[in-house]
Amino acid sequence: MAQQTSLYQKHLDSGAKMIDFAGWDMPINYGSQIEEHNLVRNQAGIFDVSHMTIVDVSGSEALEFLRYLLANDVAKLDEVGRALYSGMLNETGGVVDDLIVYRMSFGYRVVVNCATRDKDLAWIQNHAADFDVSIEEQPQLAILAVHGPEAIEKVCSILTRDRAAISKELKNFRGFESGSWFITRTGYTGEKGLELILPSIEAPGIWDKLLAVGVKPVGLGARDTLRLEAGMNLYGHDMDETTSPIAANMEQTIAWQPKDREFIGRQAVTDHLAEIQGGTMPILTGLVLEQRGVLREGQKVICENGEGVITSGSFSPTLKHSIALARIPVDSGTCQVDIRGTLTNVRLVKPNFVRFGKKVFE
Amino acid sequence: MSTYPDNLKYAATHEWVRLEGDGTATVGISNHAQDALGDIVFVELPEVGATIHAKDEVAVVESVKAASDVYSPISGEIIATNATLADAPETVNAVPYDGGWFYKIQISEEQELDELMDADMYSDHCEDG
Repeated sequence: MAQQTSLYQKHLDSGAKMIDFAGWDMPINYGSQIEEHNLVRNQAGIFDVSHMTIVDVSGSEALEFLRYLLANDVAKLDEVGRALYSGMLNETGGVVDDLIVYRMSFGYRVVVNCATRDKDLAWIQNHAADFDVSIEEQPQLAILAVHGPEAIEKVCSILTRDRAAISKELKNFRGFESGSWFITRTGYTGEKGLELILPSIEAPGIWDKLLAVGVKPVGLGARDTLRLEAGMNLYGHDMDETTSPIAANMEQTIAWQPKDREFIGRQAVTDHLAEIQGGTMPILTGLVLEQRGVLREGQKVICENGEGVITSGSFSPTLKHSIALARIPVDSGTCQVDIRGTLTNVRLVKPNFVRFGKKVFE
Repeated sequence: MSTYPDNLKYAATHEWVRLEGDGTATVGISNHAQDALGDIVFVELPEVGATIHAKDEVAVVESVKAASDVYSPISGEIIATNATLADAPETVNAVPYDGGWFYKIQISEEQELDELMDADMYSDHCEDG
């Protein structure tokens, strides 16, 4: 039987259409994916992302371990509460997973994808053997992500006075611990908002309070179109273990300095960087189709100097036309996409389409 | 709105047909079909005047989730298409049996109607998955 989050009954109460997502019963939508998408762009929506895997890392060598495990450099987290996005690479420079790591009072908290849980835990445990660290999954915690222009205000209105005061002032990619809660300004939508990591047992009550102040539930369907508009990668689609972060628009998440920091995959991605300059490594770019039709994952992209493929594609509810992420040869010039047998011209843009409700590409 | 209106005939591929009593029929997709597709964002309709055969691919529905072919339940000549769907494709989600119709057709092979399902049979068909 599929696993359920502590909000399973709440989803049914809100009329969710449930689907199996990597072994979890999760809401794909509560009626209309587009309406939910627009709610997050214009007001505030709440996502149950409790299926994601939380792993706490503590011990005297937690910092050294994560500096070795991750391509980004955890040493950048100069204060408790700060967050960092990183790839976790294998020796050949493929992406084992992408994740967010937070500096915590006890060490570090890592949030990885749900579909990759088993292999991630095994990977982390294996590499932890040489370090004085303790790795503990936190299955008792739920994650509520509340995003949209009104999200922070709405969340603060239902928090205790102390938590609200701090939450209101949080800067992006920062969070704070409060008892068994961790509240953070991170997300996956391109809108402002807060993520509440809290004991599962408290999640249904908080969900009800947020709905009572007008926050609407949003399913995984809208989460996908929101992150695509924001140009954010989805693991298993835009990159995987066979993809270099260099070919997945993740170059900026690799901390090349200091040069003497060893991390898994460093030599491989250094080589990949040279390959991209030599034109033999593809890049992940944005595609825009302003006429009718929808770009979809798996469609072939035909460019002047070779072929590529769409890794994520959908209709953009904000822009009202289709957008996609595609892996194509570098310096591709003009490209066409094979949409159900018809070659259709598309425009190449930076892989970032919508931020704070507004179109951001030229 | 009933999920399976009694006055319609249905194809196994989830299109509906409403006989207008003058040798023409109106065609659309069922509530079951629109629900499975999710939010519809584009509908590509056939050309007025086109002659089509039953089971031909005559239209394409693009939802946020997927693209899906629509097959004509009957043969004939297309005499009208629903212009509303160009600007408001979500009409298909809202009122699939009413404002969300796809095209009107001059029926050329009356006997094909016998192969379509009535509401009860179609309801069973959907519930069997």
